Amino acid sequence: MTLREFGWPELQFLVFSVRWTVLLSLIAFAGGGALGLVVAACRVAPSRALRRAMDAYITLFQGTPLLVQLLLVYYGSSFIGFTPDALVAAALTFVLNTSAFFGEIWRGCIEAVPATQWEAARALGLRYLPTLRLVVLPQAMRLMVVPTIGYMVQIVKSTSVASLIGIREITRTAVMVNTVTFEPLQVFGTVCLVYFAICYPLSVLSDRLSRRLDRTRAGGLGDVFRRTRAARRQYGHGFTPG
Amino acid sequence: MSYVFQFGPILDRWPLFLHGALLTIELAAISTFVGLAIAVVLAVSRSFGPRPVAWLIGAYVELIRNTPLLVQLYLVYFVLPKAGMRLDSNQAAALALSANLAAYATEIIRAGLEATPRGLVEAGLSLGLRKGRIIRHIILGPALRSVYPALGSQFVLQILGSSLVSAIAAEELTAVSNNIMMETFRNFEVFIVTGALYLAMVLAFRVFFAQTNRSLFRWAA
Repeated sequence: MTLREFGWPELQFLVFSVRWTVLLSLIAFAGGGALGLVVAACRVAPSRALRRAMDAYITLFQGTPLLVQLLLVYYGSSFIGFTPDALVAAALTFVLNTSAFFGEIWRGCIEAVPATQWEAARALGLRYLPTLRLVVLPQAMRLMVVPTIGYMVQIVKSTSVASLIGIREITRTAVMVNTVTFEPLQVFGTVCLVYFAICYPLSVLSDRLSRRLDRTRAGGLGDVFRRTRAARRQYGHGFTPG
Repeated sequence: MSYVFQFGPILDRWPLFLHGALLTIELAAISTFVGLAIAVVLAVSRSFGPRPVAWLIGAYVELIRNTPLLVQLYLVYFVLPKAGMRLDSNQAAALALSANLAAYATEIIRAGLEATPRGLVEAGLSLGLRKGRIIRHIILGPALRSVYPALGSQFVLQILGSSLVSAIAAEELTAVSNNIMMETFRNFEVFIVTGALYLAMVLAFRVFFAQTNRSLFRWAA
């Protein structure tokens, strides 16, 4: 048997399989975002039991590998009486996992809103949920944008794990194409570029936005050396910075 | 439909699980040490080296951070042997995990370097110290100390991330669990136990790093 060449059809097949990666990412983001809001709301709720329960939920998802969670849901669903469907298992796992991470990220943003806001709303007679929805969340939203976009990069990357239960997203397709062509550098290099093309703009965006929120940041330490060197060239060696 | 849990055949194999857990910790530890050593060099060169070097390191960091670990694993596992480097699964796994951690740790250490008060650096320059000595004596020490907690959590992430190397048939806890699953067919129970083991390791190391941070740097507080 001869190997296939890594030509145009293979490249096309590989690159277009990214639609499953995008689909899984969107499911994880939308589902995980909605559920994550609930998790975050419970995490700062007045009820201590609820807070504890959500803390345990978050610890569970942050303390075990995504792959193990995925396999647990995949095999678990078959044993509890459902037919194991890779796509359903993957969607469910990603939604639950993402909700735990978003819950924890957003809790931090909510807690960064001054406690006086809660007290003021309470004084006006608002109860917990209206306070959160009308007073605190709109203010926390500003802080939530940057880490949320940053976490979207994690979501896109983590969908590659779904390839291990047989979902033919781009990583799985790459393994298949690599098996028939054995051109690993071209195959996995292409896949890297595709992921990079999705993730890098998100990283840059989150970086830019965070810099805008934090205007005070000055130039790097490298600049101190560079400026001193330049000044010494100009004013002679006796120059001291400051 | 009711499902009867049977943990017996799995718990009988506890020495295998223990072995797998130790392999996971070993893999995480090796890749963290190697990755850190690389990261210190990369971070210093990125902050203080010539522009092209800094740019190259920046490109490396962004490339690693914006592609999945699994793809990086496949890349190392398939490409390097084809290029003539003999590499078994475990070595490929350690290499890919180290290269991955190096990129993240570079960013963490660089944040520590850049957080050095510029007054300290300027004081060093005024005293006539050369750049190398300023970096070594004034900047690097406090920077490494301030990033210790972040590096601790990076080690924990490394434990979790190492579960992926079972995909290239390297040996660690998830791979061991896969084998046990094939022997016992108690898939669900196997991964409950595996998940519990990972959770226990992660929680234990979190406590360990919090404690060591407190005792190692007590003088600095």
